[in-house]
Parts: sequence; C-alpha cells; structure tokens
Amino acid sequence: MDCDQNPVALGAYLDDELPPGEAAPVREHIGTCPKCAAEIAELVRVRRGLRAARARFAPSAEFRRSIEQQIRQPDRRSWRPQLVSAAALIAAVLLIVIAFGLFLHRTGDLAEIADLHVNALASANPVDVVSTDRHTVKPWFQGKIPFSFNVPEFAGTEFTLLGGRMVYFHQRPGAQLIVAVRQHKMSVLIFQDDLELDRAFALPAGISHRKNFNLDTWQLQGLRFFVIGDADPSVVAKLAQTFREANR
Amino acid sequence: MDPEFFEAVAMPLFDQLYNFAHWLTGNRNDAEDLVQETYAKALKGFRSFAEGTNLRAWMYRILRNSFLTSRSGLRAQSMSPLDDDEAGLITLAVHSLTPEFLLLQQEGKQTMVDALACLPVNYREVILLCEIEEMSYKEIAQVLSVPIGTVMSRLARARKMLRELLTARPTEKVSKWTVIKTPSR
Repeated sequence: MDCDQNPVALGAYLDDELPPGEAAPVREHIGTCPKCAAEIAELVRVRRGLRAARARFAPSAEFRRSIEQQIRQPDRRSWRPQLVSAAALIAAVLLIVIAFGLFLHRTGDLAEIADLHVNALASANPVDVVSTDRHTVKPWFQGKIPFSFNVPEFAGTEFTLLGGRMVYFHQRPGAQLIVAVRQHKMSVLIFQDDLELDRAFALPAGISHRKNFNLDTWQLQGLRFFVIGDADPSVVAKLAQTFREANR
Repeated sequence: MDPEFFEAVAMPLFDQLYNFAHWLTGNRNDAEDLVQETYAKALKGFRSFAEGTNLRAWMYRILRNSFLTSRSGLRAQSMSPLDDDEAGLITLAVHSLTPEFLLLQQEGKQTMVDALACLPVNYREVILLCEIEEMSYKEIAQVLSVPIGTVMSRLARARKMLRELLTARPTEKVSKWTVIKTPSR
C-alpha cells in the first residue's frame, strides 16, 4: 500500500510540533497505515537510542570554577574610567613626590654649600693659601683643581681677599676663596659645571636666602660659581658681579 | 550589567552547554575553549540581551556561532554537505566513518550515539538541539538562524541518516556515501 505521508510531518508529529489542527489527522493516519506506524516506531527507536548522548560529556569541577571566576570578575569596561582616574591620581602623587624629592635634594645641596662656608670659617686654618694677592692665590690652585678661573682685582674696593683652600663637593674638587668685607667673611666657591650641578642649582636668578646666609650662584664658561655669606644681599650681589666680570 | 544576575541565569545552562560544545568539537580542550568564549561573549553582550527573550536559545546561538568561526568549526563545515534542499539520492560526505565504526557496524554493536558522532556537523547539531536539549523548533530556528521549515527538513534528513548508518551493511548502502577519511594530523 502506497502512502503519500510526508516523512517530515511524521517527525513533527513525534516532536509535538504540528499546528493544532494537523496533529489529529496524522494520528488517525498512523493508526491505519502500517508503513507510517513502522516509521514512527523507527523514529522512537532513534530517540531512545540518543538518550545516551545526554550529559554524555560532563565539564570538570575545575573548569566550572574557572568560568564562575571569569563571570565574577568585574566587567572591565565598567571599571575602566575608575582605572583611568586612579592612574591619574597615582601620576599626580608621583609627580608631587618627585618634585618634593627634587626640592629636598636641592635644599640639601644648598645646605651643603652653606656647610662648606661655615666649615672654612670655623676652622683654625680657614685658608690654605694665605694671601691678599690674587696673583699668589690663583697659581696656588694649579695642579690641585682640574680647571682655572680668574680672581678679580680687589685693590681699591671694599673687598679683601683673605686666601683660598681646596674643597670637595659631591666628589668634585673645587676652589674656595674667602673674601672679607668689613667684619663679614664670604666664600666664593667654584666647581666645574656639569648636568647634575646645573640641574641641582637651577635657581631663579638673584640672591637666595638660606639659613641666614645670602647666596648667589651662576654658571659661566663651564664653571659653577657660588657666593655665600652673611653680608647684605647687595654686598653678596656686588661680589658676585666682580667675579662674573673677571671670568667673562 | 550585574554579573551576579548573569551568573544566576546563565550558570544553570553550564552542563548542557558543555555537553553540546563537546558534541560539536569532539574533544575536551576545544569544548572548554568554546564554552569559555561563549560565557565571555554572553557576559559582554548581556546588556544588549533583551529581558523576556529566550536566554537559552541566545546562549546556544552564541556558542554555535563561535564554533562555526573556530578552527575546528571551519574544518567540520568543510566536510558537511551544504545544500539542505537537495532532493533524491544523498551523496553524503561522512567525514568520520572511522574504521572502528565500520568494524562495530559489521559486528552489529554500534550504537545510536556512535552514529551521531559520525553525522556531519549541520545534521549533528540539529539532532542535538532537538533530541538532547529538547528545544522547540522555534528555539532551534533561533539558534541556527534558519526558518522553521529548514529545521524540520534538516531534522528529518538527520534522523534518516542516523538510521541508515545503523542499519546499512557497509558493503551495500554506505557505499553510496562518499566516505572521506579524516586526514591524519
């Protein structure tokens, strides 16, 4: 007996997917058509045979945990703006710390210059070469420091050259001249300039005030000059000016 | 979107999704990669997931699409017949008719599950969604992005192929299928 039943409809009947009106005629047909009944039986056999495929593969507990962890991780996109602001905050703090560190470093360097000055004055022998003559003082440094500089002529000025000594600042050999003006003694310190010094003393031009000392520093012809003393700022500036001119 | 809510609704599908992924890929590593990718994509796209729509179909669809673009998925597709409406004699490329399967077949010991593993992926997935996941045709259509009519015809053909694989004597009917041995890698 031939049967024109569409096999697709039999499958849909089995899956309970036929529209409401179509299921009943198919059921009726199966009841009378042995071929379609056998076909349905076959489909049921397939279905039963496939049950073993359910939950055939089980994920490991470890894998489940890793997925749960992946989900619980906060969504990256939602905390990205927070991350940016946090990074900005960290950058700002870092900048402040670095600036403060530089400041401390610089004040430390300035304090060291002041110490050199105080040291010399406190010493029983403030100078190693005692002379008021610049033509004596300058040659004395020959072979002791790796550079040379000019000492201005003080004759006829308020300044008196007392002498000179060798000093070290951050492992750099340098010259220290003691110059008196009335009862004040001032130091003129000269070192070879380099990047580190330049950066450490990149001060605004003019006299800075440091622990009751007035200080002027400048860079000229590859040399770094300091004038420091307890004299008036104007006196310090004037002495600084004579050294600038002498070494131009 | 709240990951806790997502976990509450998506994790119950975990075992089923894994089983489905393993059936598609055929091995544990690829299945785990696939499930992981699915959950990552779903979590990311959960915002765009409209409440009230079918979460299960949505997740399966993500998994299935991820599989199709994966390396093992592309390989599987290249071995599947593309035309659903092809009438008449099916020249079927059964890529995984392994010697073991043929041996079991000769001894009458092969099971429906063995046969399922041998189906081309586009027939295997429709059987899995219908018989294993017990999805409605409408859901299956959503997962596969095809009309319901295609689901029905593909399902009917898949069932026919399963029966043929089981009942066919290798010397007779299977010979009409083009048997492509999986290239050894």
